Amino acid sequence: MKKILSITTITTALVLGLAGCKKDSEFLDVKPTTFLTTDQVFSDPNLVLTVLADLYNRQEDFASLDGNSLDGAGWRTFADFSESFPSENGSSFLVQRTGWGYGQWGIDWGTAFTYIREVNLFLERDSASTQLADADKKRFYAEGRFLRAMYYFELAKRYGGVPLITHSLTLPGNTKDIGSIQFPRAKESDIYDFVISEAEAIKSDLPADPATKSRASRAAAVAMECRAALYAASIAKYGATTPAVSLPGGEVGIDASKANGYYTKALNAAKEIIAGTDGNYGLYNNGGNLSDNYANLFLDKASIETIYFEDFKTGGKTHGFTTNDQPYSLSDEGGDAGRLDPSLNLVEQYEKLDNSFAPLATVDGSNKPVYYTNLQDIFAGRDARLAGTVLLPDGLFKGKKVDIWAGYVLADGTLFSSDEAGHTKALPGTTTPVQVVGIDGPVNGLELRTQTGFYIRKYLDPTTGSGRRGQGSTVAFIRYRYAEVLLNAAEASFELGHPDDAATYMNQVRARAGLTTPLAAGDITFDRIVHERRIELAFEGHILFDMKRWRLAHQVWDGAPTTLADVKSNLGVADAHSTQPWGLWPYKVYNPADPTTNGKWIFKETLPALATGYNKFLFGNYYSQISDNVIAANPKLVRQPNQ
Amino acid sequence: MKMSYKYFLGVLALASAVACKKDNYSAPSSLLTGHLIYNSDTIQVERNQVPFQIYQYGFGKVAPIGSTFAQDGSYSQVLFNGTYKIIIPNGQGPFLWKQTAAGNPDTVTVDLKGNQTVNLQVTPYYMIRSASITVSGGTASATCKLEKIITDANAKNVERVSLYINKSQFASGGDNIAKVDLAAANITDINNISLSVAVPSMTPTQNYIYARVGLKIAGLEDMIFSPLQKISF
Repeated sequence: MKKILSITTITTALVLGLAGCKKDSEFLDVKPTTFLTTDQVFSDPNLVLTVLADLYNRQEDFASLDGNSLDGAGWRTFADFSESFPSENGSSFLVQRTGWGYGQWGIDWGTAFTYIREVNLFLERDSASTQLADADKKRFYAEGRFLRAMYYFELAKRYGGVPLITHSLTLPGNTKDIGSIQFPRAKESDIYDFVISEAEAIKSDLPADPATKSRASRAAAVAMECRAALYAASIAKYGATTPAVSLPGGEVGIDASKANGYYTKALNAAKEIIAGTDGNYGLYNNGGNLSDNYANLFLDKASIETIYFEDFKTGGKTHGFTTNDQPYSLSDEGGDAGRLDPSLNLVEQYEKLDNSFAPLATVDGSNKPVYYTNLQDIFAGRDARLAGTVLLPDGLFKGKKVDIWAGYVLADGTLFSSDEAGHTKALPGTTTPVQVVGIDGPVNGLELRTQTGFYIRKYLDPTTGSGRRGQGSTVAFIRYRYAEVLLNAAEASFELGHPDDAATYMNQVRARAGLTTPLAAGDITFDRIVHERRIELAFEGHILFDMKRWRLAHQVWDGAPTTLADVKSNLGVADAHSTQPWGLWPYKVYNPADPTTNGKWIFKETLPALATGYNKFLFGNYYSQISDNVIAANPKLVRQPNQ
Repeated sequence: MKMSYKYFLGVLALASAVACKKDNYSAPSSLLTGHLIYNSDTIQVERNQVPFQIYQYGFGKVAPIGSTFAQDGSYSQVLFNGTYKIIIPNGQGPFLWKQTAAGNPDTVTVDLKGNQTVNLQVTPYYMIRSASITVSGGTASATCKLEKIITDANAKNVERVSLYINKSQFASGGDNIAKVDLAAANITDINNISLSVAVPSMTPTQNYIYARVGLKIAGLEDMIFSPLQKISF
């Protein structure tokens, strides 16, 4: 007992003595084991990359496959504007409202400026770091500035001029000095100038490497510059047509005299990419079926056309776009499908191969229905991008045909159908039940099947299991691609008075889609420029901002209901109105007495019953509202015009 | 068992005693109403399109409350008693609202004590005068005159004149069963304008329609209308 006691005493004394020899200050200085300090992070390039990855992940996109903070689900960010119909009962409001709130499309102010602050902190810490290799440091710094410029571009698209804050702010000790961190709105042109000058400043620090697609590359910076300059130019030029949409301080609106300067900058930036200075990019053209080629451009992550994208990866971040939008009859996830249905308004806009516009022939000159042997015959001889963007009736997905048809039409013209997709009934005069409506619809009000007669094909992932909720799809969302650069160049050339150059640029994009008869310089009009972007960049998040910068939005979405005549006329006209999404419903003829028409198809243009609203875009919608709370907290911010 | 019953009673008594406490404030009860007027004429607009904003100062953060005018140009708001400032934001309405020298909308100050009617004086660009609408033989016909009120540097041109008819009492660009537009280029005399449109068949059948003539002014998005008429036939 005594022995044990003494051994214990000695051991304790030893331990105490050893421990006690440590300096007091060291004893208290324990390295945290749960987080890394700023110094630790900014001494290792891999750790800096993780910080940067978080900033990349929080970029703001108006439309995005995995959704954004305001609209939630990814598919819904592509819906609206009468380019599609939302086949989900919970989203019917998209086609039932009669306009948009002034706050629509904004970014939460707090979220936005938290992001800006964190990028500013990143830039300050990166430049203060002493441990990083110079090359790493420079590239990280350029990437941070790229992300900040991208974010300011997104803000300018929505709000016009916003406070331009390029360093981190510290809360003043005394609340009376709060004014020192309240900033007024910069001019709208200042933000665009900032984006352009940042891109010029950083481009040589970024890799000119087409394989770098999910991180900033030299071409990504120049493509951003190109688009920003084009936006600024068109706001300057077309803003003059809506003088009511401007503020005296220039926070909204750009002086018309600046238009040509911006168009020149846009054209030069585009030329730089086209010349190959920023890496070897081109149009994705792998031969074979032109529609398939166009669809594959969005699936092939090694495409030479993609300049900058948001990538997804199995085991990392995936999205549910395919789950939400796959054809119902071919769904990987029973009952989850078919939400995004392109509208007839868009489909009618696809040209015939001779560059002319014509509505799909549903009736002949004397208003009698036109009979087609095959469902797809009515779409024959059209721009290949139609079948590449839209999954048409009888179209193939994963090698199988979708089943889209609305029912039978009898000899006397009455319709024979069912309100249950894929339902079997006996036709009049027979006793054997047969299927009377497609498994994919269309049936009015039946969600998750098409209600316009079309499904979306762009981004739809044919990989096995990509339509399952648990697995998700890894298709990337392309933010910048070469075809857009060509169209930017075409628009800038046209506006600068060089329609011949514009034709050269535009014809490249059109030839890829099978429109091989080139447009001549004389064919290039403003309508053509608007139309080509609507078709080539459909469902890529451009339409709202394009319509805004051209000041067309209040004319196209004018709040008057869309009639059938509206859908079929004024095709390819920039300011033709489009306020309600129509559909095209195929019917099978049942008329055993007349073998010439029996079993053939006719088509009827149909306004989906749920589409009771109409788009009305007010002057006050051109720039999203800065919320009253934000203005109350910072009285230096001026309100948007017309709100 | 008896014990818990007693406790339960006690809790009930306590709860009812606490719950009887009055709320901090009674709900607002002063009704502020009025019309948009020019001289003594009411300005007719499209429902839900022309907004107004009411500010009250002295309670910290300042943000507007507000709503929109009804189609007969009326507005109403239930408020607490107090001093309020009313504006119509720039660029709204088919009229000019007084502006300050800095170009901001000028305010109308209202000292609200109980129910009150405050008419808002505005200067319309045009007025539609002596509109008359008749229906015969399945066609609605309208005649009217336009009076140009603002003729100085702020003057604006006519873009079109439209006749809207509807089954219900809302008749405008968004709410109609039939309409006809007369573009400015086709107007030869603003003192003699006539429009006509076929009355479509209505389900269920009704033997009356509501109709208004609207005027679209170039560069403004809100239209001005003639007073609503109910026409039986």
